[in-house]
Amino acid sequence: MPAVSSQPEESGLPAGVIHDLGYRPYGGPRLGEGPVAWAFFLTGLRNTYGLGRSARSKALPMILLGLMLLPALILVGVLVQAKNLLDLDEQIVAYSTYPLTTQLLISVFVAAQAPALISRDLRFRTITLYLARPMRRAVYVLVRLASLTVATFVLIAAPLLLMYLGGLLADLPPGRETGRFLGAVVGAILLAACLAGLAALVAAFTVRRGLAVAAVIVVLLVSYTVVTTIQGIAVGSGHEVVGEVAGLFSPYTLINGLQVFLFDSPDATPTPPDGTAMGLLYVVATALTILGAIGGLLLRYRRVES
Amino acid sequence: MRPQTISRTIVRLGAQSIFGRWRGALLFVLPVVLIGLSILVRGLIGHEEMGARHALDGLGLTVIVPLVALLATSGLLAPEIDDGSISYLLAKPISRHTIVASKLVVAAGCVLAFAAVPVLIAALILRPSYALGFALGALLGGLAYCSLFAFLSVLTRHAVVVGLIYLLVWEGLLGGLLDGVRWLSVTRWSAAVVQEIADISLVDDLPLWYAVPALAVVVVGGAWVTGRRLRGFNLTGDE
Repeated sequence: MPAVSSQPEESGLPAGVIHDLGYRPYGGPRLGEGPVAWAFFLTGLRNTYGLGRSARSKALPMILLGLMLLPALILVGVLVQAKNLLDLDEQIVAYSTYPLTTQLLISVFVAAQAPALISRDLRFRTITLYLARPMRRAVYVLVRLASLTVATFVLIAAPLLLMYLGGLLADLPPGRETGRFLGAVVGAILLAACLAGLAALVAAFTVRRGLAVAAVIVVLLVSYTVVTTIQGIAVGSGHEVVGEVAGLFSPYTLINGLQVFLFDSPDATPTPPDGTAMGLLYVVATALTILGAIGGLLLRYRRVES
Repeated sequence: MRPQTISRTIVRLGAQSIFGRWRGALLFVLPVVLIGLSILVRGLIGHEEMGARHALDGLGLTVIVPLVALLATSGLLAPEIDDGSISYLLAKPISRHTIVASKLVVAAGCVLAFAAVPVLIAALILRPSYALGFALGALLGGLAYCSLFAFLSVLTRHAVVVGLIYLLVWEGLLGGLLDGVRWLSVTRWSAAVVQEIADISLVDDLPLWYAVPALAVVVVGGAWVTGRRLRGFNLTGDE
């Protein structure tokens, strides 16, 4: 509201001022909630990769990004060099399988960065400063979540893009590759949203230093280990339905199953969802995970005093 | 006055700091998951060896035990170093080794209660003949991890992250890919103890005469090095 804020200066009579030290007040345009939220989103996104932070904060995310890209680079190299030799006519590892293969790196990234974005504001009470700006509580939560989701998406999708470009250069059929790649990108968006939502929720409840990292890792790693154990046993003993239901309980297997159902991607788990009913259950579970995490976060921040 | 090796006050305070707030909840979740999985597997395939191997080795020994040790140990020393209150403890006329030993007693209790006993129960559910071996392996492995993580938490302020990366990359990723890692891997040493007692094959070519002394060296050596490090300890700021 430029008109309001510049009024005291125009009239020359300071209103409601306890001490007038004679400093000139800011009389320029004041941006509203939208630009504040956008700037906050960009800062959060840059911070997850350590940009604008110390060199030590850059090390972990950049190393993880490098490690994510390395296998993709090798796969592309093999594809380009040995396409005719090995008689390959598609990607060596499917786009939808790649996040599952590298789930350890993605988990470490999310676990390391979610507390950096979420817990620190609560621990050092910087959140009061943010909430003092014209940005509402709900917007603060959603923007923080958006930063984390986009950062995770970049980590997951960067190697997929590399593989896609390499595949095109290696003369794989462009139409089919584009379709599969776009399906995998949708999967990457949903996976990033699920992981970021869960990690942010856990981080918002564990303010203590270091503990949030451990808690996120425990949730992601233990759920994935348990699910793969159950699926392995289920397929070995002929109880496929149990394995399919178990797949709902880890973000990685959930999103992979979703991609199998929606885009007919090659399955990376022993028991992908079989049939429309189970596929729809995967869709519902994905929506519930994302929306539930957002709802939980909003509830949690209602109790934070500003 | 003769120097005591365990200070009961520190043990009591340590137990309180572990079960304060959310850390305790996480510690309770892990055994519940393990036992729940065991009941499910038992319902699916009964007493078969494959299920017991997946649940007890794949989840229990390689995931639950190190995580319980990490959570317990990181709740003992790191928060005090973090908020600076360790200086009050260090200012007391107590040997630094006594402090470390007392803290590790609490961590060992946690490993016993939240890792070894749940593994024992899970093994009894899945395959009773494995019970003793896995419980002992879990206990010894957990103790070694506690010493290791205690040392990490006086070495760096990012002990939890470093510990997790060590677990995931060295014990998990590289341990699965490279066979040579077994000579320097706590999980595989404890697996060697398990297979000696429980008639199950977990690691190839890792003799017991190497595994048990290696575990003992890590437990005792880790505790001693931690105490030594605490003697010349200085508080540093964040980043």
